[in-house]
Amino acid sequence: MATFVVRRLIASVFIFLAATYLMYQLTALSGDPLEDLRVSTAPNKAQLIEARTELLNLDVPPFLRYFIWLGGVIGVTGKGFWLGVTVQNQPVTVLLAQAAGSTLQLVTISNLVAIILGLVIGITTALRQYSGYDYGVTFISFLFFSLPIFWVAVLLKQFGAIGFNDFLQNPQIAGWVAPVLGVISGLIWMSIIPGRGRRKVITFAAAAIATAAIIIYISASDWFSTPHIGIVGVVITAVGIAFGVTAISVGLKRRRALYASLTVAALGIVLYFPFMYGFSYRMELQGFILLAVATIVVSFVIGLLFGGSDRLPVARTAAITGFLVAGIIALDRFMLVWNQYANSGQIKGRPIATIGSATPNLDASFWVHGVDLFTHLVLPTIALILISFASYTRYSRASLLEVMNQDYIRTARAKGLTERTVVVRHAFRNALIPIATIVAFDIGGLIGGAVITERVFGWTGMGQLFQNGLDHVDPNPVMAFFLVTGSLAILFNLIADLVYAGLDPRIRVS
Amino acid sequence: MSNTEPPIQPVSDVLVTDQENSIELKEIAGLSQGQIVRKRFFRHKGAFIAMIVLVVIILMAFTSVGTQFGTWKTGGWWPYTWNVAVAIENGGKPTLSLFPFAIGNHPFGQDEVGRDIFAVVMRGTQQSLQIMVIVGVVATFIGTVVGAISGYYRGITDSVLMRFTDIIITIPVIVIGAVLGRKFGVAGIVPLALILGAVLWTGLARLVRGEFLSLREREFVDAARVAGARDRRIIFRHILPNAIGVIIVNATLLMASAILIETALSYLGYGVRAPDTSLGKIISENQTAFATRPWLFWWPGLFIIAIALCVNFIGDGLRDAFDPRQRRMPTERNLARAKRAAGPPAPVPADGGDLDRAAAEVSSRGAGMQAGASGSRGYYAPTPTDEDRPAPKRDDS
Repeated sequence: MATFVVRRLIASVFIFLAATYLMYQLTALSGDPLEDLRVSTAPNKAQLIEARTELLNLDVPPFLRYFIWLGGVIGVTGKGFWLGVTVQNQPVTVLLAQAAGSTLQLVTISNLVAIILGLVIGITTALRQYSGYDYGVTFISFLFFSLPIFWVAVLLKQFGAIGFNDFLQNPQIAGWVAPVLGVISGLIWMSIIPGRGRRKVITFAAAAIATAAIIIYISASDWFSTPHIGIVGVVITAVGIAFGVTAISVGLKRRRALYASLTVAALGIVLYFPFMYGFSYRMELQGFILLAVATIVVSFVIGLLFGGSDRLPVARTAAITGFLVAGIIALDRFMLVWNQYANSGQIKGRPIATIGSATPNLDASFWVHGVDLFTHLVLPTIALILISFASYTRYSRASLLEVMNQDYIRTARAKGLTERTVVVRHAFRNALIPIATIVAFDIGGLIGGAVITERVFGWTGMGQLFQNGLDHVDPNPVMAFFLVTGSLAILFNLIADLVYAGLDPRIRVS
Repeated sequence: MSNTEPPIQPVSDVLVTDQENSIELKEIAGLSQGQIVRKRFFRHKGAFIAMIVLVVIILMAFTSVGTQFGTWKTGGWWPYTWNVAVAIENGGKPTLSLFPFAIGNHPFGQDEVGRDIFAVVMRGTQQSLQIMVIVGVVATFIGTVVGAISGYYRGITDSVLMRFTDIIITIPVIVIGAVLGRKFGVAGIVPLALILGAVLWTGLARLVRGEFLSLREREFVDAARVAGARDRRIIFRHILPNAIGVIIVNATLLMASAILIETALSYLGYGVRAPDTSLGKIISENQTAFATRPWLFWWPGLFIIAIALCVNFIGDGLRDAFDPRQRRMPTERNLARAKRAAGPPAPVPADGGDLDRAAAEVSSRGAGMQAGASGSRGYYAPTPTDEDRPAPKRDDS
């Protein structure tokens, strides 16, 4: 294994060097960096040309100039890690540091959501193959696969931001919305949950009534002005999470796991009021992360205490429950400051942003900053999810179907294992192997793909760095962009190989 | 009991599978591989509809506003052209209406200077389609050649070619496309398409290499080699036809992504340049006008989606058609018809009914698992009917 990793690493370094060389040459040869000066009518034209030639080493031909750049990257020029300067004489290293933050934030969050959504939907469609739900999702994923992202982004800006902000001025939901959405949600759930005859009718009715009730509640309580989950909502979701997580991870027959999850949920509910109106007010990011870690640890320990002879699955169930319940409470806490955020002087009642990655000079608490991040991230994230969602659902569906056709699944069924055990323990884990490699592969390429999204939503991220550089035929910023995307691509390629080798014992690396 | 009944009925649990197989076999008996593929493709309704829609779009785009290939030029049946502005009617609003159906003078509307948007969109569709086809052909060719050589010869050739592929694959397509498009996009759409094709082949090369690596170890290749066939003959006559499914399917998917990449590059300003136009460029030019003239934005977008969606569906249909493991689920009606052809169902003795029902349930459940559905729901006959109930054994009569 170690020799494999070392060999792959060395090969990767050489590939990366070759790719950067290629990229540098292509950029440098894509136009004339002095074009704007040559046609200018400035009296000191010759001087300007000379200054820029001096600044960007334009007197050195590109195939040698690359090595000046490479020397800066390795740090032999005596400036440490140095990526050169732009046409405007700004150091690229500083620009990259500013740009990388917002891009990575966008890409990480959107990718995470897309993976989770894609996996869940892909798996449910595979389990309900040839159902109406399956056909519907297949069609939708084909549709999303064919969407030009900039087109979607413009639509999102129009309807998701401008339209929604207009709606927030006077949030009235029309009377027909509740029954229509109720019927739609009923049909979807009816298609997902197995059963026939009476059970289908019950599923349909329950889903339809629950959806309609939620919409009527939202409409009646002026929810959009003061969004909240409230203690009642938290209790209902927490108990639901406890039952749901236990049912999926170990099965409801394991009473110890169920009691552990319910205890964790109860603990969350007990801590609700002290958290919401007490110690959360002084919280910063570090405290938030610390609290999240503490929640998982405490829940895990509770699971261990309840566990009995086979502790670990119980503890894991409890930890997942604890994390989700804490997430719901944190969400409620973010909602608490929504009103304050939306009506503040800088937002003026139009919270969903169309442009930029943060409200400038927003001086507020950690929670308000969180809401601000959300309002800026929501549209680009949706746009990125729409295009990557399709491939994840298709892959996970195909992968699970492949596994479900294996003989060992039939064996597991023949042994009389429950459907849950067969799907979760035998099928799902094996289906994850190819998905894991695809995910790793995709993350590497995602930053490059975010160039267009960033441009549509006016983020000053790496996409802008790249495009400005290219417009000025200036390899330095372009190479800074490629240094990050290229190294991530190579790194995640390596990770994909290692993950595959690590997860699948049939693959031998030597 | 009448004598017309067949003496022996198959036993319960092989009944379903046998009848399915016989339907499947009867359908493909005596057909060549190409005919089977064609038959399966046309059975895929989505792919079939997509193909018709795509043909309509292609015909409409190339006949309506006229085409120009080099010096050869034709006029079109549409009265307006994409680069000439005419007087604005009706505030530039689209005149197309469905109830009552009317096309009017400018079905897709006009832009602020008065160009007819139908003509502009048709011209953009032409350009995007041409780019799509050229990219598809170039990328498929390079990818197949690189993958085939790499997979067939292995060793040092394989290492060199695959490391080269790795280098290209490291650079995101949109990035290398933008850099190259900036230089070559000015020259027109054909150089742009050639350049795009020259960077999009990497994924296909890897797939073809994998296919060749596995196919070259098969017995028929050994047989050909023993018979004295040269490398070229083995590659082209023996291995390539077996890998053609993978190649064709991926070529279509590649074309779908090519059209999206072209529109994205044109949107960024590195693709098709003025005065020419493409679907991505129309959207890019008009995105700020969305609030005032949304039709400038809807139509080119709809055409991009329609083309990409059609190509994707055709690719899906081809994948199904080429997949030898693909077995069609016989519909209940076909299964029933096959059973009727085999003989009328025998009357069921009262005492054996429940057991037979259970047997039918088990057999349908087994088939369901084969098809990948969860065991609780077989893929056909959710509730066993009389038709599905296996006939009892009558060895004694």
